[in-house]
Parts: sequence; structure tokens; C-alpha cells
Amino acid sequence: MAELNTGGGGGGKGGKVRSKKQSTRVDLTAMVDLAFLLITFFMLTTTLSKPQAMDVAKPDKDEKNDTKLELRASTAMTILLGKNDKIAWYMGEAGKSEPNIVGFGDIRQALLDNKKKVTDMYGNDPKRQLTVVIKPTEGANYKNFVDIMDELAIAKIKTAPAIDDDPKNLLEGEKDFMKKAGIL
Amino acid sequence: MPRVKIPRKSTAIDMTAMCDVAFLLLTFFILTATSRQPEPLEVSTPSSTIITKVPDADIALLTIGQGKVFFEVAGTKIRKRTLQLMGEKYGIKFTPQEEERFSVISSFGVPMGNLKQFINMDGEQRKKSGIQSGIPTDSVDNQLYNWIYQSRVAVKEIDNTDMRISIKGDAKEEYPAVRKIVDILQKQKMNKFSLITSAEGSPKE
Repeated sequence: MAELNTGGGGGGKGGKVRSKKQSTRVDLTAMVDLAFLLITFFMLTTTLSKPQAMDVAKPDKDEKNDTKLELRASTAMTILLGKNDKIAWYMGEAGKSEPNIVGFGDIRQALLDNKKKVTDMYGNDPKRQLTVVIKPTEGANYKNFVDIMDELAIAKIKTAPAIDDDPKNLLEGEKDFMKKAGIL
Repeated sequence: MPRVKIPRKSTAIDMTAMCDVAFLLLTFFILTATSRQPEPLEVSTPSSTIITKVPDADIALLTIGQGKVFFEVAGTKIRKRTLQLMGEKYGIKFTPQEEERFSVISSFGVPMGNLKQFINMDGEQRKKSGIQSGIPTDSVDNQLYNWIYQSRVAVKEIDNTDMRISIKGDAKEEYPAVRKIVDILQKQKMNKFSLITSAEGSPKE
């Protein structure tokens, strides 16, 4: 290393200048601390920044093969997503049962209630579980759709929900009461 | 009786080796961490409690926001091959340099006609010029359909697996816009896809 010794002169004892022997050891503790801190940071950010996703499967859409499965009215729950974050839901057939207009805060309870009702009626028959039909309408936004799928997962509804987003499949009866409630 | 003397040991340990290891690991993590690329289309994803991790490879990402659609496919090799296939389809010739440049662009939303010009811009210009008007999805000139189709072909060729599709939608986006994209996917018999969401704490029972 470039070091300049300027202590020469004549003032020194005995005339000989002895440079002090310094230890080459550096205290590495702080450096190690810092290194581990950074390691922790990078480890966490690489594993946590992976995007989360929700898998959705939609029924096959085939123009030629237009078979539709009938749903049992007593186990079918139709959820209509309207505008202003409102939901209309009813059990069974449209027009025959009273639709309920709720917000996203109350739909979980409705789902759980209906699930319980169906289980009480049929027991744990895997063929007769609550089947949910989701119909997002024109006024709904993407968040509503994700939220309702989330609510189904929270309510632990095992049967795959039928997602029917074709506006042509919206029944007249459904349109009527949604208009009446001002959410279409 | 002689006294047993316990030799006093110094408490300082040699940290050199530890320091070496720590920095080695640090270097490794820094290099493997992929820097987050700036997204051309800002979207805020809705949150959900369902959490499945999205795979890194063989996946295409559709970003939907403000009525526009942006497309991204993972992997530089697959991007290159997709561009070649798209070039063949639309009769546009891309030079190897352009393919190279395209392979590092993540998410983009330009019509085929402007793609050549877009590739030759630098990052700043791409953002400023407002050229990214989204990929056309109308039925006359459905470029998004072709992008998805050709990237699936490319994934099949290179990795011999099926490509997965994930959709990243803005929370405020109206549902019909999302439906339009899903319909395009369903036309190709892709009935399964993932919706990118941000994590949310699971609810209390």
C-alpha cells in the first residue's frame, strides 16, 4: 500500500523510525450482519413476489354440440351480479321464488344457509349438493366476479359453479326484478 | 497441589469464512432475482383468499384494463418463435435483431401494423408515444386470437407442453370486457385459465 512516512527528521529517539506493526484483522461482524440482512431480504422477495392466481374452468362452448344439463330446482342457487356491487340471488326457478338483493358482505351467510338447507334436505348425497349458477350481467365489474368465486371457495362449496355470462341466457323474470331493484 | 489453570480463550471468532458464505449466497440471490419490469398498463388486481402459485414457464398473461388488452408470453425462446409465426401469418418479415429485441419485451399491446416500429423504439419512447393502444380483438381482425394461438403452437414446439393462460384484470374493469377475452379463449377450446389476484388474509371462521 502506498504509505508515506514523514516522521523522519531528527526528533526521533535513537534515530530509527519503527513503524508500528498493525494487525491485519478486521472486525467482520458488522459486515456479516449486513450480508445476512440482505440475503434475507432477497430470499423473501424472490419467493413472495410470485403472483397469486385463482383457477377458473368454464363449461365447454361448442356451437354444434349444444347439450345443456338440467339442474335440480331444489338444489340450484342462481346468483346474479348486478351493478353498484349488488347481488341478486334466488333458489330454484326464476319467478317462482322470491329473489333477494344483498351486498357482498351478506352473500357468504346466504351461501352457507342454502348449503345447510340442501344438506338437511338430502343428507350428504354427493349428487345432491348445492349447485351455484353465476350470472354476471353487463353492470358487474371484474372484481365482483372474483369476489363471488372467492366467496364460494370460502363457503366450501365443492361442486363447480356454472358460470353463465352470456347475456342471452339472462331470463326475462331475472331481468324484471333486477330492473326493479335498479341494479341492471 | 498444582492449580489447574483454565486457559482464557478469546471470544472473537474468525468471521472470514462466514462472511464468504454470506456474500456468496447474497450474490446468488441477487442474480436469480428477476427485476420487476415496469408494466405498460397499470392494473390493480382484485384480492382473493384462494392462493395458487402461478408457474413461471409456458404461460401467457393477458392484462385487461381501461378497455385495452395487453399480451405477454413467458420465455425468450418462445417469444421469438411466436413472433416468427405471427410474422408468417401477417406477411411481415422481422430481422434477427428485431426478434432479439422483441424477446426481451414483456407485456405489449400494439396492433401488428405498428409492431415493427414499436420494436425499434427504446423503452422511454414506447411509453411516451402512446402507441400501445391494445391488441385488436374485434371479429374482423382478431389479432389477439392469433397471438394466443401462435404462442400455443410455439410452446408446443419448444417445450412440448400445453400453454396455460392467466388473466390479469383491473378490479374496476366491466365484466363484458373480460367476457370478450374469455370468449376468444373458448373459441380455441381453452376452458381453463387462472385469474391473477392479490393475496388476502383468509377469513375467520
